Amino acid sequence: MFGYYLDLAFHSLRRNRVLTALMVLAIAVGIGASMTTLTVVHLLSGDPLPGRSQTIFYPQVDADTKNKDDHEPLDMLDYQSAVDLWSAGRADKQALLVQSMVRLNPGEAGATPVLTMMLSATTDFFSMFDVPFRYGGPWSAQDDQARARVAIITDDLNQKLFHGENSVGRTLRLRDSDVRIVGVLKPWRPSPQFYAVRGGRFADGDTSDFYSKPENIITPFFTGLDINDGNFQQFTCWHLPDKPGHLQNSPCAWVALWVQLNDGAKAAAYRRFIADYAAQQQTLGRFSHSGNTRMRDLMGWLDFNGVLPGDVRLQAWLAVAFLVICLLNMVGLLLAKFLRRSGEIGLRRALGASRLAVFAQFMVEAGTIGLLGGAFGWVLTLLGLWLIRQQPVAYADLAHLDVPMFLVTFFAAIGASLLAGFLPAMRACRVVPAWQLKTL
Amino acid sequence: MQIKPILSALRRHKAGTFLIAMQIALTLAIVCNALFIIHQRIAHLSEPTGIDEPNIFVIKSEWVGHPDSARVDAMIREDLQVLRQVAGVQNVTPSNSYPLRGSGWDDSVKLKPDQLQDSSGATIYFADQNFIDTLGLKLIAGRNFRADEIGHMDMRYRLAPPVVIVTKALVQKLFPGEDAVGKTIYLIGGPGTIVGVVDLLQAQSVERWASDFAYRSVIIPERLNISLGSFYIVRAQPGQLDSAMHAAVKALFAQNPRRVINDDDGVLSFSDVRSRAYESDRGMAILMGVISVVLLAVTAAGIVGLTSFWVGQRRKQIGVRRALGATRRDILRYFMTENLLISSGGALFGVLLAIAMNLWMVTRFEMHRLSLTYLVIGAVMLLLLGQGAVLAPALRASRVPPVEATRSV
Repeated sequence: MFGYYLDLAFHSLRRNRVLTALMVLAIAVGIGASMTTLTVVHLLSGDPLPGRSQTIFYPQVDADTKNKDDHEPLDMLDYQSAVDLWSAGRADKQALLVQSMVRLNPGEAGATPVLTMMLSATTDFFSMFDVPFRYGGPWSAQDDQARARVAIITDDLNQKLFHGENSVGRTLRLRDSDVRIVGVLKPWRPSPQFYAVRGGRFADGDTSDFYSKPENIITPFFTGLDINDGNFQQFTCWHLPDKPGHLQNSPCAWVALWVQLNDGAKAAAYRRFIADYAAQQQTLGRFSHSGNTRMRDLMGWLDFNGVLPGDVRLQAWLAVAFLVICLLNMVGLLLAKFLRRSGEIGLRRALGASRLAVFAQFMVEAGTIGLLGGAFGWVLTLLGLWLIRQQPVAYADLAHLDVPMFLVTFFAAIGASLLAGFLPAMRACRVVPAWQLKTL
Repeated sequence: MQIKPILSALRRHKAGTFLIAMQIALTLAIVCNALFIIHQRIAHLSEPTGIDEPNIFVIKSEWVGHPDSARVDAMIREDLQVLRQVAGVQNVTPSNSYPLRGSGWDDSVKLKPDQLQDSSGATIYFADQNFIDTLGLKLIAGRNFRADEIGHMDMRYRLAPPVVIVTKALVQKLFPGEDAVGKTIYLIGGPGTIVGVVDLLQAQSVERWASDFAYRSVIIPERLNISLGSFYIVRAQPGQLDSAMHAAVKALFAQNPRRVINDDDGVLSFSDVRSRAYESDRGMAILMGVISVVLLAVTAAGIVGLTSFWVGQRRKQIGVRRALGATRRDILRYFMTENLLISSGGALFGVLLAIAMNLWMVTRFEMHRLSLTYLVIGAVMLLLLGQGAVLAPALRASRVPPVEATRSV
């Protein structure tokens, strides 16, 4: 029967091409707009470490003497607290992180130096965050302690400087220091750049910069502090630092600590550990208050920072409302189309078709429109995503249709058109045969 | 025109009537809010900076190595000398920042040294005596800095200049209705006396977080020496912007090659600065515009489709009416009035929906309250759209011949 209904559907769609085109277009535009924005939402709000994110935590203690226990602690740690917590080694893995702008002199003669972002981290960064390597690998824990002059570069930079060759062992000049390359990453594009998320609550929804690309150069944490001394930016300071850009022992928050705790008991123990640390620092007189510690897991921290940009959320809501209007439009048109065929329905019913059969026939027709609309909607979605890639936002390069969203596009189109077809089909199958036959 | 027969006809087409009305209501709600967003973004991106934008460009020069503060100051003064000689350059000033740059030094201003709450936030612009002329600012009270008042400092020193120039907006906040010249304000490092007031000078960030002190700027008579580098704001002679931009960079490298001026943002004309600062606002405004147009088109198409169906369904009634003496005009007017009734109902509901949607967005997206004008404009627009869309099917209906009444009864 399905084949026959499909036949009937195509026949009916061909009969009034303008109306058919209108309906297909309405579905396509609605699906195109909403799938474009929903794809962006989907890409930007995913879990950057699927399956592992619940074991990754962001501990916070509050060294700010101007803060109080009833306010959120600062989004980053002061140097001493960060290094104390890190060297205690109480977590399964732990990484100190700081970003800075550094001048990179490509080893080649004649090349002009460029300013680029450098990440300085301890070695657990790579294993904790599943950072993929193309050549070489992370440095050792000894390298961290010894402030070894080594670096790891991204695939992007490797393409630019070394044409994608294995550059392990080559030298880069960072500011006035030479560092030896020990590893080259595979293309790595976490979304968001989760390990650098902070300060989202002050951004009023302007959070698209959280989706920037990872830094081009990664050095050991303490090495970075040495070679780029004087160029570090604070998250905030509660007193003026003595020497700007050099923030060790300054009243400033500027270092991030991430820890991995593999089970709930360890997480609970670590919470106690940072609470004890804060209490101890208060008795030592360094902290003015100690009740202000936090430890959110990765997704909790991203939530707290409201990483999904306000404009993206707004667009998604508008696009969904847009789809609803397109559907209302389609309901109206289908109603018109189906009821115009009341005579035909009456005839079928008189010849023995059940209401269900009539209902099924019209639902098949609605579904067919949905399928066509889905195909056009998919094209429009691709166009929409292309438009987003032309936008000057940090997440532009992420906007691609992945397989799940591709499937969702078609299911949404068919689902939406079946929904739209429901009421008209119900009306159609309740047509009283006798009345229609009278007027034939 | 009698409304009653139309209403009783509509009562027999509840579903269709409801669909058109709902579609108009939703479209109205979305278009009103979209127009409002467009208006907000455009108003935002047309806020004036207060400076002579067409003739200004900015050079960002970074130093190589770690020159100390004294050396940096000497190099900055040499650069200023060199830039002044460049053909087409009218004036130049060193600064830490400029309007629309995006970020920079923002600080708090107090009226008393022991005050706990700040009186206002403010953007800090470091400047020399050429700052006002270079940017083309309008001094409305007091005087400019004298050359002998210009000092130099690095980040280590406390910000406590003896004299400052402030904007009118800051004066209005701090000393409403008073003459501010001669008054003292407290910056983070100590007091400064206001010697001049300029009319308008926008802050360096136009993001929402900085909107509280958008035009409250403080101009500091110091060259800020940072080993990383500094900005030179240059005013070209009218019409010579492009040539001056090229010549200036060449002259700087000829003078001192130990510097970095980035290819992509090392030298920016102010129109580039402006378009960079407002990129995302412009994108959002365009997107909202496209959404509104497509929505209106979809709604119009829906009205055309459904009314066409109704006309087809009622050919016999129309024929009967025509046979009983109704003119073509009567039939046309019937369908137009019918649409007007439905659209009015939809628009009424749409206005409520638009207000509800706006209130919801106020709580979630840092939006402002929708003004009544948008609701009126939106409602009128949709009523006109409805009338326009119904015209073609209604005309077709009016051409139904009276003989239709005799067919297939």
